Amino acid sequence: MWSLLFNTNTGWVIMSTTILGIASGAIGCLAYWKRQNLMSDALSHAALPGVVITFLIVQEKNLLLLIIGAGISAFLGAMLIQWISNASRISEDAAMGMVLAIFYGLGIMLLTVANRSAGGNQSGLDSFIFGQAAAMVKSDVRIMSILAIVVIFIIVIGFKEWKLYLFDRHFANGLGLPIGFMNGLYTLVLVMTIVIGIQAVGVILMAAMLIIPAVSSRYWTKSFRNMLIISSSFGAISGAVGTFISSKGSGWPTGPFIVVIAAGIFILSLTLGKEKGLLIKFLNKQQQKKQQTLRTEIREVK
Amino acid sequence: MSSPVISVNNLSAAYQKNTVLRNVNFEITPGSLTAIVGPNGAGKSTLIKTMLNLHPSLTGEVQYFGLPFKKVKKRIGYVPQRGSVDWDFPTDALDVVTMGLYGEVGWLKRPSKSHKKQAFEALEKMGMGDYANRQISQLSGGQQQRVFLARALVQNADLYFMDEPLAGVDAATEIAIMETLKKLNAIGKTVLVVHHDLQTVEDYFDHVLFLNKTIINHGKTEKVFTKDNITRAYGGNIRILGGGI
Repeated sequence: MWSLLFNTNTGWVIMSTTILGIASGAIGCLAYWKRQNLMSDALSHAALPGVVITFLIVQEKNLLLLIIGAGISAFLGAMLIQWISNASRISEDAAMGMVLAIFYGLGIMLLTVANRSAGGNQSGLDSFIFGQAAAMVKSDVRIMSILAIVVIFIIVIGFKEWKLYLFDRHFANGLGLPIGFMNGLYTLVLVMTIVIGIQAVGVILMAAMLIIPAVSSRYWTKSFRNMLIISSSFGAISGAVGTFISSKGSGWPTGPFIVVIAAGIFILSLTLGKEKGLLIKFLNKQQQKKQQTLRTEIREVK
Repeated sequence: MSSPVISVNNLSAAYQKNTVLRNVNFEITPGSLTAIVGPNGAGKSTLIKTMLNLHPSLTGEVQYFGLPFKKVKKRIGYVPQRGSVDWDFPTDALDVVTMGLYGEVGWLKRPSKSHKKQAFEALEKMGMGDYANRQISQLSGGQQQRVFLARALVQNADLYFMDEPLAGVDAATEIAIMETLKKLNAIGKTVLVVHHDLQTVEDYFDHVLFLNKTIINHGKTEKVFTKDNITRAYGGNIRILGGGI
């Protein structure tokens, strides 16, 4: 059994979901401070029709092509959200909710069609819904890892620029940072992270990989740099452990396990985190109470 | 007579379908310290944002030192309204001030020790040296505003736009900010300030620009800061707002 767990394929797959976790943890911090957490959820759902349509066209599970299809579909979703919220009275969150549901519905509908077509059942397209890291082959792992490393690289070399862009866009613009370009780059890395993650984690739960590590990291640090590092580490741990556990059973979906691990890290952070974690808050309150009683006692003695 | 630092020609802007600025024309002379005043909704912030390409204009153009904005971006410093950023962002005062030097540091490069030192000196000038490593979320409103001022100072611009720097700050901060503005002014910098307190206009500014969707009047404070212009800009409400004038 142990040899089954540690066969080379599982090892590779775990490595790739670890790198994916680093990338999604980092980009999640950007999304967190852009206050666009729902956006990542909308875009990951919006990727599904692209995956299925590409499969229907090329009739084979070529991951690179499916990723490109997913990317186009997610980008269309992003543009549609922008367009709806700019051109109508509908607010951005309502637009995101609509796009999320409509694209996902369309994706599931097309998936039914694809599954009925010849060879569709064996396509493994279903794995894009909840994620099936074990279904990945070595070339998939390679594509995923390379793209994730590109995302990480873009965030690391532009660290100072991302910080300025997230904290004060108007001031950044005054300094000559091209805000339109940064908006585009942000959407690009967000969509890239989502589409490379959907095979392993699935469209439904991919957003959790972006949101939960970033939120958890807030409980451990006061600096943006450390937030990026901690969030990436949490993403990496969730990715690695979740994939490891899901590889133990045949047909166990990867996404839910990764999310459960991420949620566990969140609960630990919420309770034990050194920045406004519940335990620290409780202890501080106790101390304040003690000092208060001490002060009253001193006053009474006087 | 030196040529104007800013010339605004026929500038108009709107939010959705509401016109906020109509045919705004004015020129700013070098080395002036100008207050932009007007009632709520007069378009003061929109004027600044439109002039700095942060809000689209419907008509008109703005020239700085005889050139379009894009060519002189680096010579212009901007202090946005304090409420325009998220002060929960995880960083400290020194880091925010260092952002003012990013143009000088160069894109994709990291700030050096001397940049950090410059930023620290700017904080000290604003009386904030002790707070350099304090989280920005833990600063008071006045201290946050001083951090913004320090960030503008390190930019070493020739022309400064400030959007309500004195709104909601404590008396000590107000004095510190005004001293800084006067110092900037003394070394030849031009400063435009959106200002809300009519009581202090005469003490603080040598020029006034009355705005209510369009220019009501503009000129030297002693000439244009009259009851007549104030009433024209603010309408009847002024009796309630500024009894002291």
